[in-house]
Amino acid sequence: MGSLSTIEKLGILADAAKYDASCASSGTAKKNSLGGEGIGSTEGMGICHAYAPDGRCISLLKILLTNHCIFDCHYCINRKSSNVRRARFTPQEVADLTISFYKRNYIEGLFLSSGIIKSSNFTMEQMVEAARILREEYDFRGYIHLKTIPEADPELVHQAGLYADRVSINVELPTRKGLTRLAPDKDASQIEGAMGKVKSDIVEAKDAKKRFKHAPRFAPAGQSTQMIVGADTASDSDIVGRASKLYGGFRLRRVYYSAFSPIPDASAVLPLKRPPLIREHRLYQSDWLMRFYGYQAREVQQATGEDGNLPLDIDPKLAWALKFRSMFPLDVNRAPREQLLRVPGLGVTAVNRIIAARRHRTLRLDEVGKLTVSIAKVRPFICAADWRPTALTDRADLRKMLAPKQEQLELFAA
Amino acid sequence: MNMLQSAADRKHYSVIMSRADDFDCWRDQARRLVRCGIAPERVMWTEPGGLGDLFSAGSRDGEALPEPPANAPHARASKRFVSVARNAILHSDPERFALLYRLLWRLQSNPRIMEDKTDSDVRRIEDLAKSVRRDSHKMHAFVRFREVQDEDGTEHYVAWFEPDHHIVRANAGFFKRRFANMHWSILTPKGCIHWDGKTVRESPPAQRSDAPDNDPTEDFWRKYYASIFNPARLKVGAMMSEMPKKYWKNMPEAELIPELIAGAQSREAQMVDAGAIEHEARPETLEAIERAISACRNCEIGELANQAVMGAGPQDAALMIVGEQPGDQEDQSGRPFVGPAGQLLDVHLSEAGIARDRAYVTNAVKHFKYVQRGKWRIHQTPTAKEVDTCRWWVEAERDAVKPKLILALGASAARAMLGKTVSINSVRGQPIALDDGSELWISAHPSYLLRLDGDARKQQEQLFQNDLSEVRERLSQIAA
Repeated sequence: MGSLSTIEKLGILADAAKYDASCASSGTAKKNSLGGEGIGSTEGMGICHAYAPDGRCISLLKILLTNHCIFDCHYCINRKSSNVRRARFTPQEVADLTISFYKRNYIEGLFLSSGIIKSSNFTMEQMVEAARILREEYDFRGYIHLKTIPEADPELVHQAGLYADRVSINVELPTRKGLTRLAPDKDASQIEGAMGKVKSDIVEAKDAKKRFKHAPRFAPAGQSTQMIVGADTASDSDIVGRASKLYGGFRLRRVYYSAFSPIPDASAVLPLKRPPLIREHRLYQSDWLMRFYGYQAREVQQATGEDGNLPLDIDPKLAWALKFRSMFPLDVNRAPREQLLRVPGLGVTAVNRIIAARRHRTLRLDEVGKLTVSIAKVRPFICAADWRPTALTDRADLRKMLAPKQEQLELFAA
Repeated sequence: MNMLQSAADRKHYSVIMSRADDFDCWRDQARRLVRCGIAPERVMWTEPGGLGDLFSAGSRDGEALPEPPANAPHARASKRFVSVARNAILHSDPERFALLYRLLWRLQSNPRIMEDKTDSDVRRIEDLAKSVRRDSHKMHAFVRFREVQDEDGTEHYVAWFEPDHHIVRANAGFFKRRFANMHWSILTPKGCIHWDGKTVRESPPAQRSDAPDNDPTEDFWRKYYASIFNPARLKVGAMMSEMPKKYWKNMPEAELIPELIAGAQSREAQMVDAGAIEHEARPETLEAIERAISACRNCEIGELANQAVMGAGPQDAALMIVGEQPGDQEDQSGRPFVGPAGQLLDVHLSEAGIARDRAYVTNAVKHFKYVQRGKWRIHQTPTAKEVDTCRWWVEAERDAVKPKLILALGASAARAMLGKTVSINSVRGQPIALDDGSELWISAHPSYLLRLDGDARKQQEQLFQNDLSEVRERLSQIAA
């Protein structure tokens, strides 16, 4: 074991980290390396330096410090009882690898997580040490995301926030019941307690920054979390409700959803089947509706079916509009912004364009068409100078007309 | 200009840009043209090295722009126009200068025209600016530096990049701010930029061969790229839209993509197979197997509204007949081969002289797989994976019965015995030796015969009959 080369360790510890969905590197404080000793910059928008064939962006060096773990969470490939190869990086190795990737413009920075070795505090210390080397010894000014361990000493978590742009703690499962069943060593109250502490640290640091120019920054890109979808029986409605409480209660920047995916050497408690990836996609769409379109969690939940799940064949916005048809059609020349945002097929950009353009002219349907991606989807829900959907909005088969055509079934469906 | 309609005012002018990406030069010229009241259709814009450049080279000095009248109003432009124009001017479309000037001209009478996204000029300019922004963004993302040593021993990072538009100079600042304390060069076919820690230097276009061709760290990067990819969620389309193929040739990790995609399906299947089913000890008696299969949920078929159908026949049978799976009638009665296919099988067995009640008759898959259509349950062929999952039980039955000869009917049954898919026509009519010393014979499934009619059916029934006769003969040899 001790004779693993760095490249072998990188393979093992990147493989072990790939089930974490987050890769964002945006939304942090602007900084650059001019006038410094090292390298690195963050300019607001994150950059995806590559894309893997799973469609996910590769923005950060996402690795575990170690995949040894004393916990036994059923969904996790690194759980104590799992039969995977184990490896461990030193904080110095992590820092060196980050720098050598960064210098070649492969990455925006580091996303460091870890299995729990010895104790929560020991593990957290090691992770903070890697971040410290990067920031203090290499004067690294790129992005750092540290996963924090809820059981660790709050002082260590605080230290992590001082070095990192973002910190995160995974709630793992949408319900407490699910967590107790699948992650027997974790404690929901402890996770929420740690998130609450991080939240108040962030608020305090922001407040101090307003008054003292040199007050230290604390996790300027905020905190995020992740939930696994499809490993327990929680419905989309449960998940959306939980996410909205997390956004509200802990002021999270993002809640990530990760469709449970088959892992090598899985535990027997887990479902054998992966949930459809489209379900994860629908949850992200509902997340967008809440963050950018002014929907309340309650309203997204109204779009779910009887089983509490969002429909898979159509997006949640369309599902909502079909349920509340009496709101439509809306007049694109008069309707206020927040109502136009509810029209299926109109995104934020299209709505902005409509509002700007209608100051100049009364919009006809073909002009609306120029401002949107596809007019076919929008048409039943709007009125324009020369267009009224009349019976279209009330048609019983509207859903069928608007749902995308059935895709061919997967050839190798598991 | 209305008052001074002279021949000079109808003259055409040619403006030659000093550089392809020079916004300031364009702005100075355009301001002057507006103040002189020269309408867009009277101006020809040419970029260095452009086609118009060749033909108008002689008249470059002759057609000097007139001096604007002292009292002419200054050209005005909205903030939005300036920010869009700064990007659009970097586009490789030779029309861009003229297009921008036309829009600037129209802005003088309609200062808020940029808000009207239904206007075709506005949309074109916005589109140009958007593709330039995208190209710049991809440059920030996909430039890959390789390390070399300068003569004085300092580390020098050199990249080769092929942008679509004239974006190199405009993006020097980004790389300067990011890699302030590093010596780097970005070589492109549209010009090169260099940074030595103090100043940005420019140099003429380069070739790919001017850049270093390797860096040992790329092995680490490729290892990372291959390891962070999750084969259980292949979404090639999403990758291709963000990382189009044209960029691949300059990205060290891209060479792995084809094999990662090809290997993904089998890697996922391996993960599921290796980890998913944790069987308890295999039951040894037929009664124990029957109890176990009724509780089996190892695949989705077990979740349907159906009952497990156990094999039937004497425990010491010399012949074991394996079909595909129970059908609607089998599922209701709980016994194998009692529906239409079973009845046809009975006819042929008796014709061949095989006593069905002395054979152990069972199925490769233990539950009925169907889809509900109205009140009908329509049979669905089990997938290879489902057959493989259910092999566990057929093997247990084989162990309990220990037949000397196995007759597998149809492709699913053959797979259950062999663990691989074979073509019935190429393996029928001959014995296949199995590991435990028994013999496997493979033939068509009787339900296949039921689906045929006319000559084809006669022909296939004859073949089926021949197979059964051979099995009967072989059985009597074994018994003797």
